[in-house]
Amino acid sequence: MRANVTDVPGAIQSVERAAAVLRILGGAGRPLRLSEIADALDLPKPTIFGLVRTLRDVGFVHQDRATSDYSLGDGIRNLHESGLDPNDLRSHAMNWSDALASRTRLEVHIGFPDPDGARIVHHVFRPGGSVQQLRIGEVLPFHASALGKIMLGFVAGTPSSPRQLERYTPRTLVNRAALDAELHRIRARGWSSEGSELIPGIGALAVPLRGYGGIGVGALAVTGPVEKVFRHAGPPLDTIIRATTETAASISRSLGLHA
Amino acid sequence: MNETVIAAIDQGTTSTRCMIFDRQGRTRSLAQREHHQTFPRPGWAEQDADEIWRHVQRLVPEALAQAGLDHRQVAALGIANQRETTVVWDRATGRSVAPAITWQDTRTSDIVDDLVAKGATDKVMAVTGLQPRTYFAGPRLRWLLDHRRGLRARAEAGELLFGTMESWLIWNLTGGLDGGVHVTDVTNASRTMLMDLSTGQWDDTMLELLDIPRAGLPSIRSNAEVYGTCVAPLQGVPIAGALGDQQAALFGQTCFQPGDAKCTYGTGAFLLINTGPERPTPGPSVLPTVAYALGDDAPVYAVEGSIAMAGSLVQWLRDALEIIPTAPQIETLARSVDHNGGCYIVPAFSGLYAPRWDQDARGVIVGLTSFVTKAHLARAVLEATAWQTWEVVEAIRRDLGLTLETLRVDGGMTSNHLLMQMLSDVLDASVERPLVSETVCLGAAYAAGLTVGYWSDLATLSHHRHVAAVWRPQMDAAVRKRESTQWNRAVDHALGWVLPPE
Repeated sequence: MRANVTDVPGAIQSVERAAAVLRILGGAGRPLRLSEIADALDLPKPTIFGLVRTLRDVGFVHQDRATSDYSLGDGIRNLHESGLDPNDLRSHAMNWSDALASRTRLEVHIGFPDPDGARIVHHVFRPGGSVQQLRIGEVLPFHASALGKIMLGFVAGTPSSPRQLERYTPRTLVNRAALDAELHRIRARGWSSEGSELIPGIGALAVPLRGYGGIGVGALAVTGPVEKVFRHAGPPLDTIIRATTETAASISRSLGLHA
Repeated sequence: MNETVIAAIDQGTTSTRCMIFDRQGRTRSLAQREHHQTFPRPGWAEQDADEIWRHVQRLVPEALAQAGLDHRQVAALGIANQRETTVVWDRATGRSVAPAITWQDTRTSDIVDDLVAKGATDKVMAVTGLQPRTYFAGPRLRWLLDHRRGLRARAEAGELLFGTMESWLIWNLTGGLDGGVHVTDVTNASRTMLMDLSTGQWDDTMLELLDIPRAGLPSIRSNAEVYGTCVAPLQGVPIAGALGDQQAALFGQTCFQPGDAKCTYGTGAFLLINTGPERPTPGPSVLPTVAYALGDDAPVYAVEGSIAMAGSLVQWLRDALEIIPTAPQIETLARSVDHNGGCYIVPAFSGLYAPRWDQDARGVIVGLTSFVTKAHLARAVLEATAWQTWEVVEAIRRDLGLTLETLRVDGGMTSNHLLMQMLSDVLDASVERPLVSETVCLGAAYAAGLTVGYWSDLATLSHHRHVAAVWRPQMDAAVRKRESTQWNRAVDHALGWVLPPE
């Protein structure tokens, strides 16, 4: 999942240039035309265009609708805030997560990191099930849920390890070394699972959702009776892994990930 | 390659889409294209029917290719369309003779005012069920005949064909110049102000009142029958279903029993409730319409309440006030407070539709104090959509004695969890979101599939329906009572704001 840095390269030119564009926009005191930025950096307009477009797409540069001029975007001023709003995430993900529920016949959750666990920000009912309750707003413990474990593995801003490993069922991972080993496996294979670890008889499978540049922003999970998620006494069903991974890739693309 | 599917076209206001559905009613693919809209004068809104037809010709093969299917696997095609948008075309060239006038266009106000001045309102209501308004298609046709040189003479000579979008598409899909079938369906026809709502036929009195020659009118057909067979790009496929978009959504939401209701939340909001086989006679606040007629079966009726602004108010907050960066983030902002701070917004930007029908109303924000922040405004924006829906539901209860237990919802705003909870709270009813959110296309597909026996009956369709989410009421009755009073008082401030010209 992570690039192996075997040789340390020198400065990356486009990153330097992007930083220069941001400094110029920050210091100008007024919105600038594309040609003004190009003149200031003594670079061709197409080069600058590519840079400001990319910076605009990630929210660091704002382009005025009427004049097309550029200024610093909200994203650069609020770097301390998480880049993605959970309600934007739900809106992007809704059609995809509906399709996942209908394909797997399982319940679908989308999670967003919270200090105490994975907060459910979107919930699609299991098709054809009995009466179900909306679980939006519920916070699942990091160490005892598929959604929480995948966040520990991949999503920036989640705690490196939960403070306390509370036991929910006999299968809950309450040993820190066991949890670390599990996170190691999760990072290596790209998905997490939960088998009766939070609620007896309930299983789940989760994968990360990524925004531009590959930032982990949240997670997608399918959940239901263990026998609908796992092979008999074995790993999760291949069909479930494939459907969930493909759906996450589609949602990530709509969030700006260039695969 | 034995698999067969149903194709559906949703010819909407801003775009046209084609979707492919399988036997379980699941989406196989979706292709979409936006078309141009022009606003040549204030109150005018036009589209190019030829452009829309070109898009349809590309979209259908696109959707099939995406699903890895070819046209021989399509068992039937269904069509849903933006209602009340009016097209006139030349039967000899196959081209439209004037821009299509869309449903938002208000240029027919003089024609409508004239009808009212003549004292025709009662007559129009008795025949069509509709109050004379610029909303309907018939007066648009009259306007074209009056204002486009030579059209009246050519219409009387039988050289021109009239229709709404489904007529135009069916005529073209079935061969156009070369044997195109000229039909409309009863739901679209019920929105022309030319059809007798009891018989489902063009009415001579209305044609006379609006001075429209019968020669160019399509024949009125049910919503589920084979109208004709497609030439390329769907060579040999029967067109077997057609409904106006809101009726298609009602059908796609499987609202087959009296009392079943759906509301679609887009730019505006459209609530329709199935009222059964008797023609309903509500008061003037909501309008009676045909829900669907299947083949030779007796028609099923509905009552409709349309709300002019829902999602567009959120867009205003985003684009004009720049309070939120994206539409979904209104929920983030609104959730940062737990009440509206005493502030109410009535979005009567171009008057109010159902149930108030006041074109002189204008938007107000009332209850402002120093305490009110943008977060309270965001909450008031969402509450405005909830309370406007409540007003329609109340009008239906008052006029027809129908109480809503569940509201089925669709449209973009259903991703707003806070709004859906508010809706459930103010309506004191469950709010249900279905698993297939593209209910308009699904409804057209269902009608077409029923006709050709792809699905056997309505019960089979109901069986396909899965609920993706349910919101249940949590609001205290006393709070609901007080807030509804405050909403009504806020609306009072908006009514009749526009001064008559000096």
